[in-house]
This record gives sequence, structure tokens and C-alpha cells, in this order.
Amino acid sequence: MIRLEKRKEPSKFWGIANPFLAVALTMLAGGIMFAALGKDPVVAIRLIFFDPIFSETFGSYSRPQLLIKSAPLILIAVGLAIGFKAGIWNIGAEGQYIMGALFGAGVALAFFPQPGWYIFPLMVIAGAFGGFLWAMIPAILKTRFNTNEILVSLLLVYVAERILAAMALGLMRNPDIPGFPGSRDLRRYEAAHNAELFANTGIHWGVVAALVAVILAYVMMTRHMLGFHVQLAGQAPRAARFGGVSPARLVVICLGISGALAGLAGMFEVSGPGGQVRIEFASGYGFTAIIVAFLGRLNPVGIVLAGLLLGLTYIGGELSQMMLQIPGAAIQVFQGMLLFFLLALDFQTNYRIRLTQGERA
Amino acid sequence: MILGSINPAVLLAALMVAATPILLAAIGELVVEKAGVLNLGVEGMMIMGACIGFIVAVNTGSPFIGFIGAALGGMALALLFALLTQALMTNQVASGLALTLFGLGLTALLGQRYVGITPPRTPKLDLGPLSDIPFLGRALFTHDIVVYLSIVLVAAVWWFLKYSRAGMILRAVGENHDAAHALGYHVKRVRVLAIMFGGACAGLGGAYLSLIRVPQWTEGMTVGAGWIALALVVFASWRPWRALAGAYLFGGVVVLQLNLQAAGVRIPVEYLSMSPYLITILVLVIISSGKGRSLDAPGSLNRPFHASS
Repeated sequence: MIRLEKRKEPSKFWGIANPFLAVALTMLAGGIMFAALGKDPVVAIRLIFFDPIFSETFGSYSRPQLLIKSAPLILIAVGLAIGFKAGIWNIGAEGQYIMGALFGAGVALAFFPQPGWYIFPLMVIAGAFGGFLWAMIPAILKTRFNTNEILVSLLLVYVAERILAAMALGLMRNPDIPGFPGSRDLRRYEAAHNAELFANTGIHWGVVAALVAVILAYVMMTRHMLGFHVQLAGQAPRAARFGGVSPARLVVICLGISGALAGLAGMFEVSGPGGQVRIEFASGYGFTAIIVAFLGRLNPVGIVLAGLLLGLTYIGGELSQMMLQIPGAAIQVFQGMLLFFLLALDFQTNYRIRLTQGERA
Repeated sequence: MILGSINPAVLLAALMVAATPILLAAIGELVVEKAGVLNLGVEGMMIMGACIGFIVAVNTGSPFIGFIGAALGGMALALLFALLTQALMTNQVASGLALTLFGLGLTALLGQRYVGITPPRTPKLDLGPLSDIPFLGRALFTHDIVVYLSIVLVAAVWWFLKYSRAGMILRAVGENHDAAHALGYHVKRVRVLAIMFGGACAGLGGAYLSLIRVPQWTEGMTVGAGWIALALVVFASWRPWRALAGAYLFGGVVVLQLNLQAAGVRIPVEYLSMSPYLITILVLVIISSGKGRSLDAPGSLNRPFHASS
């Protein structure tokens, strides 16, 4: 007779081992999927997970891409993880990411074509503010009217996508090229360009911001009272209330931080790798970051590793699309499977399998 | 005036069609939540239904078999959720999200070769003289069978939850799973069955989009319908008939918005098309602020159940 027994404390070992196990299982299941698509599974998996870094031919192009793709994921996931720890589910980071990009680009386009050292810092502030503002909608509705933050933040993604389209076609459209959607290319406007800081490394200001955010989040979660409150609220909400933690304040703080970070990510993307406000600007970073947060165990250091891995799958996905004609959607399936396996494996973090003899007690 | 050019009977008919996919998904999720499970994967199960239903219908030439395939597709994904949350005790919120992300990816992959194809037509149900009644005939009796099926389903769920023994067990499991367990009911079995029912309903709703409403397959074509269905369950305070009213209200907003677009109102299309989401949020706010804290939500909603002995 097999039965599950709840562990008194979550297993530390499985907590760390499971993400690695989940990645291995995803590769296995992914290989089966590729075989079903009629592609050589070994070649495909190698192309996605190893070649972007180690290949002689693609390496020089894709190595810098790794940081470019991972930075927004890490930046967003670090913020989300704080909320998830407290049991506050912001799943609309994609919308906050879009609004950050629009606010940042808005500042740049307003100053165009003036030069000025102060323009880029202003864009950074505007980007963070845009994401913050968008996250404040679910936060205030939650604290004032007890409206479910999951549904509101998610529904606002669709609203943000439509605002993005309206901006790309209307207010922010490049007046110099009539008839085409999309704003001016910010990469050609020096004062607003989020350029590479070191040539061919992929390091731009967003990468720096991600690093700073990781460090600050780590310090906050381990050393600061706020971090303690967040953990307490997530693990024992009643105890937290008795301990004087205001749930409303925590909702505003958690959503505010994650919104601002997502906004920053969007702003760094639109002024750098993305380049311009386009209808198809949003690429799902806000959703993938949810997977990054979980895979990284909601821990800032873990999130860096998880962000790098999922950034890798983005580049590997592009490579496999190019080389093996594997559809781009396969990578999305990959990411979904990864989360499934991780969640499934986590049962052994919290439960122990016991083999008992004879009848149940 | 622009609104004058809109025929109310046509509007009413269009409203019912617009409401049907989210009504189907919502009534399924309502049962799931009544059993105490929060499945946030409705969007994923809907898109699965839309995709599988489309593929099956195109290959068999029968929309009817397509709908069956869609229900099975949605149910398959729901079973995955049941396995995770009921057997492996995973977090329901995270598992639901995973279901949605996975479903969106998988269908983009599966449906790739079906973009741009027209599916076989679903015939309108011939209701004979009923459809000749002035106004009402055009508005109510010119639909395909799925529209009526969705209403029948609402009635059936209402009856099931209110009067049947099985329905009462389901509600007991959702209100207090420890008490239900102590009374000897199989909490997990009830929940798995409810989750499967929810998946089948969401699948049907998705297929209604791809086979009748649009009708075409495009990647990510549900654009939030599943999330709106989830909001609808809250709006309905977990009561079937209110879900129907809410779905039709929502359908009305969608149709009105589309009509304004067609009539060439001087508001950009992008702003008009965000109105369904904004209205949903607004309605959520009104509902959740109105009645204290509890909202009549099932007592054990989103709480994992693990029998200690």
C-alpha cells in the first residue's frame, strides 16, 4: 500500500534538486515531442540548450543574445517572486511591461530630436512609473474593493496590448514614414538609445538593472523587515495580521515593486533590443517570467539561473526554427512542460512516499 | 444616429452567439469551483477545445464530431490539472497558469497547418414556424444547436446542484472538505469528476469560437475569453442562472462594440475592442465591493485536501 505522508518541514534537498530534475525531464519529453514532429531529438535538444553558447558557428551571435533575452526575464521574475512569496498573484506583468515601454518611449519621443544626458534617466523613471501605475490598478481595486488581483491584472494585459496597438498606429507613429505602423527607431536617437555598454557582450543598462534588482531583492528578503513580513504573510497570514503586518500595505508594495520592475524591463527593451513601439512588441516575457520565478524557487539567486536557462530556450528556439524548421511554438510548449514537471516534482518536497503493509491505519 | 441603424432583433441574436462560448466555459468552471477547486486554466482548456475541435471537424467534415473532439481535448488537459492538484497536491493557482501557458503553446503547434482553412458549416437548427414569429423568431429561434445546448446546460447544472443527491455531495465537498471526508464522501473523486466536466465545457466553448463564431483557427484566438469566463463565475456568485445573465450582458457589450466599429464611430478600433475587458473588471469591482468579504464563495475553494488518515 502506497500512501503520501506530509513532511513536517519541506525537504531542503528536493527543493534544490527538483528544478534540475524538471529541466532534465523537460528535455526528455521535449525530445519525444521533436521525434513526433519528425526531427532528430538529439540534434534539436542540442541546438536549443547547448549550441547557442558553445557552437563555433552561432556562438558569436547568440552568446550576447543570452543576456539580452535573460535580463528582462530576471528583472520581471525578481519582482513577481516577492509577491508570490506573500501570496499575492500578479500575473499581469506582461501588461506592466508594455506600459513601461510606452511610458519610456513616450518620454523619448517627446524630446526627439533634442540631445541631452538627462533624457535617458527620465525614460528610466517614466518606464518604472508606467509599470507601477498599471500594477496599482489591481492593487487599489484589491485593497479598496477586495477584487481578485489575479483576474484584474491578467485582464489588464489585454487592455495594455490594445493601447500598444493604438499607440503604434496613432499617437506614437513615426511621422516621417507615413502609412506604416510603429514609432521612430529609438536606436537611432542617441540620447534615448539603451546601447550596449561593452561591445559584443549584450550588456546594456537593463542587464545592470537586473543585477542590481537581484541584489536588492536578496538583501530585502533576507535582511530587511519587509522581507520578513512578506514571508510571514505568505506562510502564516493570521500570524502576520496579529504581528501588525497590514495586508493592504503588503498588496500595494508587492504589486508596486513587481509592476515597476516589469515596467523597467519594458523600457530597457523598447529603447534597446526592441528599438521601437510596434504592435508586435510584446513577446511574452511577462508570462515566461512567471515560470522563471517558480523555477528559481522564488529566490533571487535561483531566479538568475532560471532566467538564464529560459533566455537560452528563446535563442535556442530561434536557432531550431532556422536550422530544423521546428515551429516557434514548440518553445512555448517546452516552457509549459517545464512548469508542469517542476510543480509535479514538488510533491516530494512536501510529502513523503510511504510504503505501508497491510491495512490502512 | 448610428445606433438607429442597428436592428434590435439582429442585435439580440448576435448577443446570444457572442455569449455562448464564455457561458459554456463559465458554467463548467462554476461546477469546478463549487467542488472547491480553482482551475485558472480555463483559457488553456478553451484554446485546446478550439484547436482540437477545429482539426477534428476539418478532417471528418462534421462539426458535430468536432465538438465531441473539443470536449475530449479540453477534458484531457483538465485531467492533467486534476493529476497535478489532486494526486500530487500542487498549488492550484500555479497549476492553472501552467495549464494556460502549455495549452496556448501546444495548440499553436498543433494548429499550424490549419490556419486559413474554413471549417465545415454548422447548420442552424430548424425550428419551423417558431422562427417565423416576428422579432422573437429572428432573435431567439435562428440559432445553431449549441446555443440552445448551453442554455439547457445551465438549467441542468442548476437542477443538479440544487436538487440532486450527487450535486449536494459536490457542494458539501466544496464547502467543507474535511466534514465531507468525515461523512465518508470521496473528496478527490468528486473533485476530479468536476474538473473533467469543467474541461469538457471549456473545450466546447473554445470550439464554438473556432467552428461557429469566427469561424477559423488562429493562434491564441481565445484572447482572454477563458479569463472572462472565470470573472463571470465570480460575478454570478456561483449561481448558474446569474452566469447566464452575466454572459448575455457581456455578449451585449461585445456586440454593441462590434456594431460601433462597423458603423464607423470616430473612436479607434483598438479602444473599442478593449471595452469587454474593462467592463469585466468594472463588473468584478462592483460585485466584490457590494457584499462584504465572503462573496458566497465555496468554503474550501482553492484549499488543498489531504486526508491525514
